[in-house]
Amino acid sequence: MSVIILAEHNHGHCHPNTLHTITAAQQLAAKVDVLVVGFQCQSVADELRLIEGVNSVLLADSQCYNNQLAEPVAKLLHNHAVHYTYLLAPASTFGKNIMPRVAAMLDVHQVSDITAIKDAQTFVRPIYAGNALETVQCTDEKKVLTIRSTAFALAKQGSQQAACVTIDDVIDWQKTRFIKQTLTKLERPELGVADVVVSGGRGLQNAENFKLLEQLAGKLNAAIGASRAAVDAGFVPNDYQVGQTGKVVAPRLYFAIGISGAIQHIAGMKDSKVIVAINQDEDAAIFNYADYGLVGDLFEIVPELIKALS
Amino acid sequence: MKVLVAVKRVIDPYVRVRVAEDGSGVITKNAKMAMNPFDEIALEQAIQLKEAGIATQIIIAAIGNDNTQETLRKGLAMGADKAIHVNTNSALQPLAVAKVLHKIVSDEQPQLILLGKQSISGDNNQTGQMLAALLDWPQATFISDLAIEADIATVCREIDGGLETLSLTLPAVMTADLRLNEPRYASLPSIMKAKNKPLSVLTLEDLKLTLKDTYKVTTVSPPVARTPGVILKDVATLIDKLKHEAKVLS
Repeated sequence: MSVIILAEHNHGHCHPNTLHTITAAQQLAAKVDVLVVGFQCQSVADELRLIEGVNSVLLADSQCYNNQLAEPVAKLLHNHAVHYTYLLAPASTFGKNIMPRVAAMLDVHQVSDITAIKDAQTFVRPIYAGNALETVQCTDEKKVLTIRSTAFALAKQGSQQAACVTIDDVIDWQKTRFIKQTLTKLERPELGVADVVVSGGRGLQNAENFKLLEQLAGKLNAAIGASRAAVDAGFVPNDYQVGQTGKVVAPRLYFAIGISGAIQHIAGMKDSKVIVAINQDEDAAIFNYADYGLVGDLFEIVPELIKALS
Repeated sequence: MKVLVAVKRVIDPYVRVRVAEDGSGVITKNAKMAMNPFDEIALEQAIQLKEAGIATQIIIAAIGNDNTQETLRKGLAMGADKAIHVNTNSALQPLAVAKVLHKIVSDEQPQLILLGKQSISGDNNQTGQMLAALLDWPQATFISDLAIEADIATVCREIDGGLETLSLTLPAVMTADLRLNEPRYASLPSIMKAKNKPLSVLTLEDLKLTLKDTYKVTTVSPPVARTPGVILKDVATLIDKLKHEAKVLS
């Protein structure tokens, strides 16, 4: 049995997601190969060759993969699937975009967003935004899986250098053209992967008051999030939304400030390691989920907190 | 241009999800149901394309038990022209859903297929991509903007850390993300009018599909519950706890 992992990378470096996926792969088979697809991305392959547990790195380096479009990358992976039992990718927008396409081409199911591997064909994954966990048995001959990075440790550098095998497949796909990519230059960490998240709700009262959270986030090197109520009230843009229909986050530390704790919001943050709630209503539902709570006026507490962290 | 929108009936996003004690699944009996929010956004996009004179007909399709027709009627009330209900009591996995939709596409020949990026029930995020693969059509997942000119669609995709713009030659499959639009509410007159719009019912047998049974959900369990924590007296105590007890601050 063997695994092939589709590596996520930005042509210069491999994304940490890929290293988490390698750890998951090691639970499935002894032979773990990693496929690097892109253009002028030898450095990514070289990085991965040094990772412990990697048997070999397959490098498909061609202009046709320059923008990692789903269609050609899926076809390429499909071409090489014959040698493997498991096909893995991180459950990021990168992996989610490509892997179901590969699965359908192979006429097999995909098991999405795996948080635990029970045995060779049994996996655990969250459903209903983490409000329930589903144990799935997939008996397809080949298994296409996406891995939730936060559930598996980061694979480390080893002492050996794995082989690098060049793949020459060129796939012609004209129906999709890449126009541009705008990556947000973040002053703060990205909400989805941030170690600390500071979220505000309707209790912030207006957009202006969110600046207070920015100061706190600055002290903690945190991303800023918001409840749906705050988004609907127009305090912050939609992409700040943490919740079932927004972003699902699981940081090490989560601050819920002026957030009552609607189910919608809880679904998006309850897997955080430590939750701190600040709310003036001592009966607010958020306190049922928080490890630590402070009852009081957030406009007094937050500035105090900022001062204490300075 | 014909547009096909696939929708799913799910537990209303504002309802607390409860897991059955025997581990058989999430309790849907008596739960308030709704159209999957991402699918609603996909449908809204189709309606806006029709209002802009780009789409000529909107077909919505859904798979599920008899009650699914309620969700389809809602879609018709919002502005779809006709509905297709694939009636089954089995819970189909995305691969099976994609195969069903593939059949519908062969019959209806749409130029554009819009779906939500994922259902808020299964959270699989697979169906659109799988359908695109079965059709060998281009795909644009997680879109937050769409413009169509002749047979070229320009889309903006929400990717981790930013946005990506692609141009696709139609026909194509697209999946909607949260920021694409704000779905409208159906007006009372349109709800009344929707009752007379065509809704056809098919079965899996009609579609002559043999579906694989290689994906089985063995148990569904509640997540490990969080134990309510403690209310602290002041900021200094909080900082101390975060540093020394939880060890999440240095």
